[in-house]
Amino acid sequence: MSTTPSELLAVMGSRELKDDTTVFAGVGVPLLAAALAQQRHAPKLTMVIEGGIIGPQIKPGRLPISTNEMRAAHRAQMLPGITDTFLFAQRGFLDYGFMGGAQIDQHGNINTSVVGGDYWKPKVRLPGTGGANDIASLCKEVIILTAHEKRRFVQKVDFVTSPAWLDGDGSRERAGLLFGGVSRVVTTLGILGFDPEHKRMRLDAVHPGVTVEQVRENTGFELLLASQVATTTPPTDDELTMLRALDPERRFLGGEGGNPSRVPPPKR
Amino acid sequence: MKDGDSVVAGGCLFSRTPLALVREILRQRRTGLTLCRNLMCTEGELMMAAGAVERVVTAWMSIGLPWGVSKVMRHYVESGKVALEEWSHLAFGLRFRAAGMGVPFLPALTMLGSDLMGVGGMKTLEDPYTGRTLAAVPALFPDVALLHVSRADRFGNCQIDGYPHMDADMARAATTVLVTTEELVTEEEIRRRPDRTVIPGFLVDALVLQPFGAYPHEVWGRYHADFEHFAEYTADIDARGVTTAVADYLARYVHAPATWDEYLELFGGERLKRAQDAARELVPGA
Repeated sequence: MSTTPSELLAVMGSRELKDDTTVFAGVGVPLLAAALAQQRHAPKLTMVIEGGIIGPQIKPGRLPISTNEMRAAHRAQMLPGITDTFLFAQRGFLDYGFMGGAQIDQHGNINTSVVGGDYWKPKVRLPGTGGANDIASLCKEVIILTAHEKRRFVQKVDFVTSPAWLDGDGSRERAGLLFGGVSRVVTTLGILGFDPEHKRMRLDAVHPGVTVEQVRENTGFELLLASQVATTTPPTDDELTMLRALDPERRFLGGEGGNPSRVPPPKR
Repeated sequence: MKDGDSVVAGGCLFSRTPLALVREILRQRRTGLTLCRNLMCTEGELMMAAGAVERVVTAWMSIGLPWGVSKVMRHYVESGKVALEEWSHLAFGLRFRAAGMGVPFLPALTMLGSDLMGVGGMKTLEDPYTGRTLAAVPALFPDVALLHVSRADRFGNCQIDGYPHMDADMARAATTVLVTTEELVTEEEIRRRPDRTVIPGFLVDALVLQPFGAYPHEVWGRYHADFEHFAEYTADIDARGVTTAVADYLARYVHAPATWDEYLELFGGERLKRAQDAARELVPGA
């Protein structure tokens, strides 16, 4: 079968994780990507899960749907409680934060709270931050995995749930967030980074068969381009075989055109 | 419990939720409550639909990934009937840690710069040593904590298996602590493993033995969550709309059965056994 959008995201995401590191992973595609990395090139990767779980080994076919359920804690090394788990990140022990998002802006800020209207009486109420704000605030490097759609990639998010570079130009640091920040946005069309000076989103690479024009068309703000936009290496058979074995029921990998993101895009 | 109380429910999402206690609050038709829970699930939906809460304080609300964004939450929050006060998950935890420590706030490095700062009115603080900006996370002292634990003795000394969530901090933070337990053990059993005790008896005001007290949510090593039940519940909401479906659910599961055991009979022993088997497979030896 051909590669689904979720499979593409999981494989590309897994390649971002180095061995002998720690990753704070959300459930769904981020957790799958981390599990794939652990099985393939990063056997010493320690996964940390929001429900207060350190070092689980995801059992193939038993993927958790929540960050605090028995399946998420399979063969874990430690169950320190939720607050203490986040405090490991605040202390600087988490190398990567790995998450999705409903709405993302040109500075990488994410909204999973409210769309339109007043905060207390919004047009659309989304589930909320959960640990996303903490992951975005406290992990040393944050990688976003998301479907690339114009209604998700907006000039300015309606509400900054999870801060990346705020308004750019040092505003993250001025707010008191002295480390971390979103480094990469891995999407169904390519891989994006941020220009070092103003922290505006920049297209670094497209996936095979995707054009720069296509990425622009699906982005709701003016996208910067790397001096040389690279093309990613397509998922290998080996990567896809391992990934599919983790989710044999395809609960997260979906079918062709399946929605890879945790939260559906907001409808106005 | 009084109308207008602030209440915190232990566990997290569909794990170790004190559902037998929540059901009793609904049966008493309390109103004007503020319900605090870090990740809110069906218990929050039922309290909203029953008109028990006017405000929820949380980091996230819905049942879980496969069931999408909570339609019940959307219905009550988007119409302005219930206020949803959102804090980051760590800030939420630190609010109970601060209260449990008996201090008015804790400095932290989270939530800074985000729009969440304005929602619950979090203030910043200048570090008196370095001058850097810190979040001053305010303590939250709820009137009542509702907790469900793995085992306890008759003095209220509580032990929790598996992930501890935030229950121990919540027990320290609240004025009144009400606990249900899966298992009542002897004083000797607690004394044999004091390292497992996370809530000392002197914090606990009332203790009730209630096996399956979190069902259809899960308890570590004892029973798995009943995802089929969540699917039936959300399918009915999809088919008949929030108010009708949840009103019928409340009538059938909350008000009709006189006791929790009668409530469990609605699910049947075979279903409960399946949930136990699934938990034992996932947590061998628990």
